[in-house]
Amino acid sequence: MSNPKPTVAVYKFSSCDGCQLSILNMEDDLLDLAEAIDIAFFLEATRAERPGPYDIAIVEGSVTTPHEIERIKEVRRQAKILIALGTCATAGGIQALRNFANADEYAKVVYAHPEYLHYLKTATPIAEHVKVDLELWGCPVNKEQVLEVITALLNNRKPSLPAYSVCLECKRRGTICVLVDKGFQCLGPATQAGCGAICPVNGRGCYGCFGPVREANLDSLSPILQKLEPYPGATARLFRGISGYAPSFRKTADALLSAHKETK
Amino acid sequence: MPNDHRPKLGSTIAIQKPVFNTLLARLREAGYQTIGPCIKNDTLVYDSIESINELPYGYISEQNAGHFRLIQAGHKNYFDVIPGAQSWKQFLFPPRVDLFALRKNDKGWETITPPLDAPAYAFIGVRACELAAIQIQDRIFMRDDFNDPIYRNRRKRAFILSVDCSNPAGTCFCVSMGTGPRVKGGFDLNLTELDDVFLLTIGSELALGLVSDLPFEDASAFMLSTAERIMDNAAKKMGRSLDISDLPELILKNLDDPYWQEIGSRCLSCANCTQVCPTCFCWDALDHMSLNGLETSRERVWDSCFNPGYSYQAGGNTRPTISSRYRQWLSHKLGTWEQQNGTLGCVGCGRCITWCPAEIDLTKEISILRKEASK
Amino acid sequence: MITSSTDQSVETNTNHLLEPHWAEITAITPEIEGVSTYWLKFTDPLEQAAYSFQPGQFNMVYVPGFGEAAISICSDSQDRSLIGHSIRFVGNVTHAISRLKVGDVVGLRGPFGTSWPVKQMEGKDVFIACGGIGLPPLRPALYHIIRNREKYGKVTLLYGARTASDLMYTNEYDSWREANIDVQVTVDRGDSSWNGRIGVVPMWFYNFRIDPRKTAVLTCGPEIMIRFVIFEALARRVPPESIYVSLERNMKCGQGSCGHCQLGPYFICKDGPVFRFDALQPFFNVEEF
Repeated sequence: MSNPKPTVAVYKFSSCDGCQLSILNMEDDLLDLAEAIDIAFFLEATRAERPGPYDIAIVEGSVTTPHEIERIKEVRRQAKILIALGTCATAGGIQALRNFANADEYAKVVYAHPEYLHYLKTATPIAEHVKVDLELWGCPVNKEQVLEVITALLNNRKPSLPAYSVCLECKRRGTICVLVDKGFQCLGPATQAGCGAICPVNGRGCYGCFGPVREANLDSLSPILQKLEPYPGATARLFRGISGYAPSFRKTADALLSAHKETK
Repeated sequence: MPNDHRPKLGSTIAIQKPVFNTLLARLREAGYQTIGPCIKNDTLVYDSIESINELPYGYISEQNAGHFRLIQAGHKNYFDVIPGAQSWKQFLFPPRVDLFALRKNDKGWETITPPLDAPAYAFIGVRACELAAIQIQDRIFMRDDFNDPIYRNRRKRAFILSVDCSNPAGTCFCVSMGTGPRVKGGFDLNLTELDDVFLLTIGSELALGLVSDLPFEDASAFMLSTAERIMDNAAKKMGRSLDISDLPELILKNLDDPYWQEIGSRCLSCANCTQVCPTCFCWDALDHMSLNGLETSRERVWDSCFNPGYSYQAGGNTRPTISSRYRQWLSHKLGTWEQQNGTLGCVGCGRCITWCPAEIDLTKEISILRKEASK
Repeated sequence: MITSSTDQSVETNTNHLLEPHWAEITAITPEIEGVSTYWLKFTDPLEQAAYSFQPGQFNMVYVPGFGEAAISICSDSQDRSLIGHSIRFVGNVTHAISRLKVGDVVGLRGPFGTSWPVKQMEGKDVFIACGGIGLPPLRPALYHIIRNREKYGKVTLLYGARTASDLMYTNEYDSWREANIDVQVTVDRGDSSWNGRIGVVPMWFYNFRIDPRKTAVLTCGPEIMIRFVIFEALARRVPPESIYVSLERNMKCGQGSCGHCQLGPYFICKDGPVFRFDALQPFFNVEEF
């Protein structure tokens, strides 16, 4: 991708805006970024609202309403490259908890007039609706990774995103394994690196927000975590967290919950 | 009991424990960063220490497969804690280090070598197994045909104050590997902790200069025999043992044994074992680039044979399964390492056992493999 | 044993062994679809004058910001003016190279690794069996043999590619034949314009008469081809000590330090890429090793 500057549009779907904020949080790099790309549409940041098509669309959030299904198709039509930004966009996010429950029941409890709501029974990742060219996981995403992806696109290069687990990143930072040292439940061995092991560094277990690492050995990790449960069922809950709708975590949590039911 | 004569190279002196502070101060005056075991955020690390009070006084470490706990045992020793996940490797072979940066100009690329960063470290409390590990890494990074300036500059300036181990942990097996618990050489000063005093054996001229006017007494025959007894006891208290009599052959002749698959079904491929191992040396080079592509840099980072990308190249992955990666690690560590470097790659420190969340224990795996292979 | 361990001096020159040396692309020759030969020359004439390599060795070619790739040298080791690399565009680094032009510079470190046993083969027949882009690392060996043709017995090159348009260096075959090299070419799939051999290299290997007692077999190419060539050669009673193979693995340093390219006790970058087969035999059939 050479001159002129590529046009970029940033969209929000169902999400907390945290990933967009990660872009705005780039501080010094933000100026360079503004030099290198042409931000054509980014409601969170500018008043710019130029029509497509765009070279790059960055999409935050999951699809949770009928309207969003239509919108994401239109975004795809307008974009040469579509990047799913953050774990809502890549795995449905925390709101995908509804996928394991009855959304109508929740709506009744929370809203006085749920009949005015237009929602889907599920919160789903962007890739379930349109083709996604690149997924950036995280809740929120790591701004260094966002920058790396944009740099790579600008320079015709494959982005360098780690394929290994949080553990390797954790040790490179000199952090002491919280699972072994403290007996904390930690999804680090099964979670894709990229966050900088931010939770273990701060003395708590990883909750898997960067999604499952491709070759995670969950059959082995699951019973290890069960031995460290602070309360019965904690392991299933851990897998069914931010990245809970990601297929391998989903499968592991389902297996744990059905085993739990059987023992009851 | 102050002494009017001066200690000699190779001799063993006794100092009162508080005098150790003077030694630390001297090292710092001489320009060293004094690094030793200390407790930070409730956990045992190697970090900067300035006083004996920062050492984990009264603590021991409880270690087993997949288990580490720091325990205040209430004793009166400073050096009774068997080390945790960190090793001296992180100082000599840093987990992340800049190799060089490049800036594009009209002719090509200008190389910007990073400023010399060769801190002078004084390592306080190097265990016999750890010293053996450093000597193994010396052979990796300071070969005739690949002599790494980053390692070399740190290594050759490092002051080593080693410690005899009196209280081995549950995952220790240095006796099996012939590396400990007693420090044999390669130190500037070696310390043996007795109830009331530290015995210091002087291993270098540099150390001799540092201790020569400390208040000391010559180690008495009683002190020396006490140290001897402590060492004999420590050797008997190893938490693990490993029969290496048929290594590396046992492994290299059984690379196709189905037992590797069994280990692979438990292994998380998380790379913890390789990262805590004081001899593992694999690294990767990462390239970074500015948005406009005009400035780039190269960084060396710790890598691991458990990293799925480790043996990936265009055309596929040489070791696509976890069992093949575990086999690579162990068959290197306790097998092919010998042909590469003249010794096995394991020093018996037990870190890979303690820090494996899946409780994989190489001493156990080897003995099972031995049984399986003889079937 | 008590030894002093410290040395307080600090070195001032700490240029890392991994720092690239710069070479200019002086020419680019398209070879086949997705493969071009880059003719490089160190920007520092002294460096170019000092550079020499043995047939079979490789360089680490660096594109700043993209990374390094291990690439075998395909040019004549006697030609000290240029260094040739036939590069297939398959990965991040090689794709970046594909976008470079004459006059651009790349980083170069090398030469690294072992070489074909051109000296030890003197007085012997030589059978070269290679496939695809397994030919480029063997071309310097061919040049060496041609230059010293009288020192070798019967020399055969059996070369295969997927299709006729995937054959490398076709314009040189006649000159090799003139130098009394028996050049035999085969393709996996032929079309109407192809009237040569069809079939994979190991299959044709079987059809050649070789004297196992005095033939050196050199092989390089896709791993599956190498396996079958070796299988056939052993079946023909060529001793493992007379079979040489060039291997390839992920490499970062080229100097036996980073660990990536290990195969059993060997670092392929340092103890290979060219191995005498008896050294590899204990590990060669271990899957995923």
